Amino acid sequence: MFIDMSTKPSHLEHIKSASRHLRGTIAEGLADPVTGAIGDDDNKLLKFHGSYQQDDRDLREERRKQKLEPAYAFMLRARLPSGVVTPAQWLVFDRIAREHASGTLRITTRQTFQWHGIIKRKLKPTIAAIHEALATTIAACGDVVRNVVSTANPVESAAHAEAYAWATRLSTELAPKTRAYHEIWLDGEKLHGDPVEESEPLYGATYLPRKFKIGLAIPPLNDIDVFAQDLGLIAIVEQGTLRGFNLAVGGGMGATHGDASTYPRLASVIGFATPEQLFGVAEAVIGIQRDWGDRTERQHARLKYTLDRRGLDAFKAELEARLGYALAAPRAYRFEHNGDRYGWVEGHDGRWHLTLHIESGRLADVGERRWLSGLRELAKAHTGDFRLTCNQNVIVANVATDERGRIDAIVREHGLDGYRKQSAIRRHAIACVALPTCGLAMAESERYLPALLPKLEALLDRHGLADAPILLRLSGCPNGCSRPYLGEIALVGRGPGRYDLRLGADFSGQRLNQVWRENVDEAAILAALDPLFARYAAERADGEGFGDFLLRGGILVPLPSRRIPSELVA
Amino acid sequence: MNTVVVPNLPAPSLDADKLARLTWELESLTAAQLYWIAAWSAAQAEQVQRGGVATPAPAGQPASRLTIVYGSQTGNAKRIAEQLASRGEAAGLPVRLLRADAYPQRELAQERHLLLVISTQGDGEPPDDARGLFEFISGKRAPKLPALQFAVLGLGDSSYPQFCTIGRQLDARLAELGGSRLASFGEADVEIEAVAAPWVEQALEQARERLRQAGAPARATPLHVVPSRSAWSREQPFAATVLANQRIVARDSARDVRHVELSLEGSGLHYQPGDALGVWPHNPSALVEQWLEALQLDGAQPVTHQQRALPLRQWLGREREITRLHRGFISALATAGGHDELARLLQPEQSAQFAAVLADEQPIDLLRRYPATWQPETLLATLRPLAPRLYSIASSTKAVGEEVHLTVAVVDYQAHGSTHWGAASSLLAATDEDSKLPVFIESNERFRLPADGSRDIIMIGPGTGVAPFRAFLQERRESGATGRNWLFFGNRHFASDFLYQVEWQQALQDGSLHRLDLAFSRDAEHKTYVQDRLHEHGAELHAWLKNGAHLYVCGDAKHMARDVHAALVDVIVAHGNQSPDEANAWLGELLQQGRYARDVY
Repeated sequence: MFIDMSTKPSHLEHIKSASRHLRGTIAEGLADPVTGAIGDDDNKLLKFHGSYQQDDRDLREERRKQKLEPAYAFMLRARLPSGVVTPAQWLVFDRIAREHASGTLRITTRQTFQWHGIIKRKLKPTIAAIHEALATTIAACGDVVRNVVSTANPVESAAHAEAYAWATRLSTELAPKTRAYHEIWLDGEKLHGDPVEESEPLYGATYLPRKFKIGLAIPPLNDIDVFAQDLGLIAIVEQGTLRGFNLAVGGGMGATHGDASTYPRLASVIGFATPEQLFGVAEAVIGIQRDWGDRTERQHARLKYTLDRRGLDAFKAELEARLGYALAAPRAYRFEHNGDRYGWVEGHDGRWHLTLHIESGRLADVGERRWLSGLRELAKAHTGDFRLTCNQNVIVANVATDERGRIDAIVREHGLDGYRKQSAIRRHAIACVALPTCGLAMAESERYLPALLPKLEALLDRHGLADAPILLRLSGCPNGCSRPYLGEIALVGRGPGRYDLRLGADFSGQRLNQVWRENVDEAAILAALDPLFARYAAERADGEGFGDFLLRGGILVPLPSRRIPSELVA
Repeated sequence: MNTVVVPNLPAPSLDADKLARLTWELESLTAAQLYWIAAWSAAQAEQVQRGGVATPAPAGQPASRLTIVYGSQTGNAKRIAEQLASRGEAAGLPVRLLRADAYPQRELAQERHLLLVISTQGDGEPPDDARGLFEFISGKRAPKLPALQFAVLGLGDSSYPQFCTIGRQLDARLAELGGSRLASFGEADVEIEAVAAPWVEQALEQARERLRQAGAPARATPLHVVPSRSAWSREQPFAATVLANQRIVARDSARDVRHVELSLEGSGLHYQPGDALGVWPHNPSALVEQWLEALQLDGAQPVTHQQRALPLRQWLGREREITRLHRGFISALATAGGHDELARLLQPEQSAQFAAVLADEQPIDLLRRYPATWQPETLLATLRPLAPRLYSIASSTKAVGEEVHLTVAVVDYQAHGSTHWGAASSLLAATDEDSKLPVFIESNERFRLPADGSRDIIMIGPGTGVAPFRAFLQERRESGATGRNWLFFGNRHFASDFLYQVEWQQALQDGSLHRLDLAFSRDAEHKTYVQDRLHEHGAELHAWLKNGAHLYVCGDAKHMARDVHAALVDVIVAHGNQSPDEANAWLGELLQQGRYARDVY
């Protein structure tokens, strides 16, 4: 009912429309013993249930010769609003990783867990186990509102706790209402009659044109990269009270190589909403994107393209028309950085929070780095909770003062204390998963980071920059899971061993970077960075970030558009 | 119009009386009727020559003929029996040659001269084509046979504990029923000719003498013509070029299974789905060196055996069986090294331990554990000649032209502290493309697709037992057979051991495979096997069988074939409202009719 049928909807729109609210023939596909895969159309629907079918790309060619189908397995992503995990949940997730998946837990750039390598027949018991741990995977992927993220550690003040509660409410209430998830995964009672009659009041039968990301940042921390969200909420806290949220719309990272009609875009700040107005505003923004979004061309379906096509003014006018009132003007705010604060931080209530650095968010036991086991031991010992961050790290939150020593001992024992001694660039690195599981990857990312870092560290060290915090972001493709367009240095995969080298974002997620070298290998990347590091070391101002320096020094020219309005940065 | 020439030959073995009756019967018939009878007779003759089930062979009266019966699983017993028949015919004896399931059991009581060649399978089972006859002779209904003169040649493999037991039991039973022996029981090991040749000689000699006494006419015209063969044979193998040698299990599989493609181009060799390919192996050179070290013998030293002088290394590598243990070797080792412990192993009361040793050990293990001083000549006399390995063919010429495909499980494992190899499979695994392998076709008439393509077929082939069913499916697809095809496959793991997975998926998609049921034993806590799937789908399976489906089983004889048979009995009992005995009898009938065929090893 929301689709404009005058243009030809994409194939995926037909799949959604015929899926009877995301059922498709997933259940039949799961029961087919002849293949480890499910049907192509069902794969599209499976995303709405929180899972992607993948295959081990390292083995693809070998297995083809062996007359075996690809080594299919499923990635499963939890929906953990604001990245909060209780110790009891952690222990379940850890057990799932070891018994059903590849033996690792992966913290994503959207504050949640991913498991890789779950074979088809283990998918259902795994989802059931997650459900029993009072968590879910529904709408962790798909054309819906994804996991809602918020500034990690929202327990530093009462206002933070309130903001976190809003993020959780949005995540929960904006999830799809279909019973398909219960039917397929949890042996829930089948709906009698026609499931098309099932109520999906916000989304309708065809859901959204594309994924929709909501994130809530509490200045001065922009750890969630609020301007990379479809709907970014900037909490305005005055005198310790949450006044409301600035609304930033139309952010997004994804782009396609060689297609100028696709681009990363920073969200535009269009107004302010009080807490009481927030839910209605969110529903209205989603509703407009549902009705206006491009359903013929998925490449152009994100809200950012809807805005640029229809114009920001028209969008705002429609929003206010649907709300029945005019939005208040945005309030002043200031972000300092978008990284995490490692080590112990004391909260407003005298309890402590320990942020640990987890390289690429990958919790595994490898040699001395027994991170999976370490976190398991922490979960057994810890009485507070855990917070996952959008920088792929973990916070051991809500620790009593006298418990700190015990926590520190476990951290040391399992090699989790790297945050104390690692180089600054290492602590500010993010990498997406890429090969071998991600079907979109064109180049290595997570597996390449450990090889790249020592070379960058050596280069920085030669220029006396070992302590310079530089945001490094690696991505195996241009779709942007690691938010590479907001890296001071970013590598975006083009092909095996080749990347676009992008430079010049700021240190707080408010300026996009730009291409410095196109489609180059490691040697060319290092050769390109060497003279820039030399100049940065010699000419930087006090506290000046690498990206800022490149623009001030005239090495890069500021991009003309898609920048957030500078006058609002107080 | 064709000119019909009346044969100007004496009617073979038709006495004047019979000829007169025939002529009298035919006199009143029309031309059309006569033509029909001619065609019918020709078809009957064809059946008889093939050892079919049609009618008893017209080889004269029992007293004046020699009946040769064989029970054969892999074709060896058939080959010996054919040799026996052609030698007998060459010597002018009236011979009839019958496969065991074509032998009319009611004639046994009148039989006077019977030569039986029969193999023993697996754990002491008769070959499928001889089950009925074996049960009849062993059972209570067997007639007294005071006038019978017989000889039995058993074929077997002394690396199995129940070596030649079927032949031995038949020999004893025929004597018990009152028969007298033309020759003592022959017990041929894999080196068949060594025992078979003198046995054939003696049995024929005795038979000729008895028949002469019985007044049988000597005859110069052979009654039975052994079908002509390709220029290439077991003795004259064709050097087939390896076209592909591809591992078809995943890297983390505990086993290595190869898909091997060989070229038969220019060989003139033909095969049918169901046939096997014989491959002459040689032994892994690393194993030969281990032998020489354990034996403390010089590999370069020439050794003469059976009038041939070769370096010992070549004898071991190319001529002798050194990967399979057998009774004779253990006995010789016990003697050569004075190992009482080993000698005791050969006593009947230690048969369980003996079976365990045969199953778990290779000769090299015993050579290391029981040192002995060997004379090279003694050693060679003890060792059996290297025998060809038979592999069920995994292709149809209709689909692959002048190629032959095999599915080979590579025997290569760690045990007793060292690597163990099988001869042919490790050869195949190590064979590069473009190298050549000596091969021949071993036909298997007992494992054939139904001539009627509209019949359904059920194929049960776990592990490498799936090989002939790849051939079946190719054949049925290419020939446009309309019957449905149902495959049961099993192995250890879905992810790593699903042999030909992509091909079955394609076949399901293009409609040439109608059902595929799978059992992966190590994927779940409770092990499931193909027989469990048979139980699960019993109702449908029974319906297919009732509807005339042909049933095939290929693979492991020791456990799988037995468990599958038991499951089939259960299915028929459960869904056919029959008693276990009735179910067994029905399966027996299907076996006899060739509707239930097994290629198990």
